[in-house]
Amino acid sequence: MSAEGQKLGLAIIGAGPAGLSAAVEAASHGVPCRLFDEQGAPGGQIYRALESTPLRERSLLGADYWRGGELIESLRQGIEAGLIDYRPEHTLWQLNRERELGTLSRGRAALTQASQVIVASGAQERPFPVPGWTLPGVMGAGAAQVLLKSSGVALDQPLVLAGSGPLLLLVAAQYLRAGVPVAALLDTSPKDALRRAAPYLATALGAPDYLLKGIKLIRELRRHGVNIVRGVEALRAEGDGQLERVGFKRQGQWQEINAKTLLLHQGVVPNVQLSRALSCRHRWREDQLCWVPELDPWGESDAQDIFFAGDGGGIVGAEASKLQGRLSALQVAARLGAITAARRDEIARPLRRALARELRIRPFLDALYRPNEAWRRPSDETLVCRCEEIDAGQIRAAVRAGCSGPNQLKAFLRCGMGPCQGRMCGLTVAELIGETQGRPTAEVGYYRLRSPIKPITLGQLAELEIPEPRAAKTEVD
Amino acid sequence: MPTRLSSPDSRPTLTLHFEQREISARQGDSVASALLAAGIKSFRTTPVSAAPRGPYCMMGVCFDCLLVVDGVPNQQGCQVQVRDGMRIERQLGAAEITP
Ligand SMILES: Cc1cc2nc3c(=O)[nH]c(=O)nc-3n(C[C@H](O)[C@H](O)[C@H](O)COP(=O)(O)OP(=O)(O)OC[C@H]3O[C@@H](n4cnc5c(N)ncnc54)[C@H](O)[C@@H]3O)c2cc1C
Ligand code: FES
Repeated sequence: MSAEGQKLGLAIIGAGPAGLSAAVEAASHGVPCRLFDEQGAPGGQIYRALESTPLRERSLLGADYWRGGELIESLRQGIEAGLIDYRPEHTLWQLNRERELGTLSRGRAALTQASQVIVASGAQERPFPVPGWTLPGVMGAGAAQVLLKSSGVALDQPLVLAGSGPLLLLVAAQYLRAGVPVAALLDTSPKDALRRAAPYLATALGAPDYLLKGIKLIRELRRHGVNIVRGVEALRAEGDGQLERVGFKRQGQWQEINAKTLLLHQGVVPNVQLSRALSCRHRWREDQLCWVPELDPWGESDAQDIFFAGDGGGIVGAEASKLQGRLSALQVAARLGAITAARRDEIARPLRRALARELRIRPFLDALYRPNEAWRRPSDETLVCRCEEIDAGQIRAAVRAGCSGPNQLKAFLRCGMGPCQGRMCGLTVAELIGETQGRPTAEVGYYRLRSPIKPITLGQLAELEIPEPRAAKTEVD
Repeated sequence: MPTRLSSPDSRPTLTLHFEQREISARQGDSVASALLAAGIKSFRTTPVSAAPRGPYCMMGVCFDCLLVVDGVPNQQGCQVQVRDGMRIERQLGAAEITP
């Protein structure tokens, strides 16, 4: 049996705000953990590459980014103390209800069992299907930010940003601070966005710093003289083999801008690959337009001893993700006998208060940046499934021909059967099916997912390090 | 061309072999970052229509950054860290993804 084979007490997946906080909280109660992350360094999305980014000038990436330093410092102390076994460059390709974790690192696969698991795998950008979004040169705004943080690389100009949401504004500002001009920011927010969000303003005022941040970002863009185009009704990316132009429609008229880079963004949604592969119960959140696993107040799912913390359980932002990670870790510590239930509750009380405070801003943000139907249910000629190259028209036609739901669509069109396993099309497909059938997306459901959730070769599986007694139970569909 | 922003970068420089070219990268770059920084936008062609694709998400979600790295196909360029001397090729059309 390899060392990987011994059963762990606690395994954590994801070294972002939620996973790091969970690991640090567990360690503070003497509970050791193994912390897996696909990335080569800790930080998750918001604090990506914090220890190594070449952009050391603090004002460039901003105070919210550098705030992560404290958490990463605590991680390093936990490692030093022998309590946190941090495993970067470890991709999780399987997790089942027996809590067997299949990991892949530099081509080596291993299987480990844990008695408690905290999944903190975060969010992804919401798919933003527009004609031409598959052209090289078109990327997510978050993707451009990854490149900026981890490598200090700014993409080709002229550069256009399009969409809505705080991350779009932040990325534009970070580019400008780095001295890279932004040719235009095409705002796709609906005209009535403010009116729709207004009812939540009073609650949001309980978290005034978030409101101020948004206002400051817009001022910053204006100060740099960015051409902010409001009321954009449609978008398209064009070019021969790569992006050359961005078309946009405003007041019924199409216009064009030359561009080598187009950054699209319309918010983030939970990464549900693992909760779906576990067949956890999910519910549709109409306010956030996404699926979330159903969780108890500690973040535990209906898969016993498996918790979800952070944006992976519903979009909450970095600060709330940290609190959720700590709450899950407290429950784990109590369950493993490291603290009493009374002690757990005592520590949890102020954390829950802080979490409630953090979440006050959400209903306002969710309403303000809610993408219109037109951006979620694209025109017929728009590719929806990037992998199998299926467009919205084909999906609508299949549904009219009797295809009843997302899983049947796989059989009809191979939609969702490519390597991304529906990550880029699942939400759009559910919306299109609901639209065509005239029923709410919540009833349509989602793709059934199976392990492996990340590519693994037969050769890697053949050399899998498996603890002997469990070898017979390994399942790979 | 994309630009490496000018603040002093203390990370060691490495060399990658991309098809017939040599590309310099920095330790801590993903393969996708290094190729994008070198001005390479198209990483693969699709099995269905042979359309060119490049990285879209940079975080392991879209699989449009698939490359052949040191002879192994289907590597997510955005998730693989650069190592000195790595050999990288575009992935053209289909390759066996999972067993
Ligand atoms: C591209 C992007 C950029 C963002 N930038 C900002 C920002 O600048 N400011 C801001 O306030 N918010 C930002 N956000 C929002 C962000 O989701 C939250 O602020 C915060 O990072 C959520 O924390 P988390 O711990 O839940 O998840 P994350 O920070 O996303 O951490 C999840 C971690 O899990 C790992 N992981 C996922 N799946 C696997 C797997 N199968 N195997 C192994 N490891 C895995 C990932 O590598 C990642 O490190 C961004 C979101 C995205 C998608
Ligand atoms: S760029 Fe999307 S998976 Fe690599």
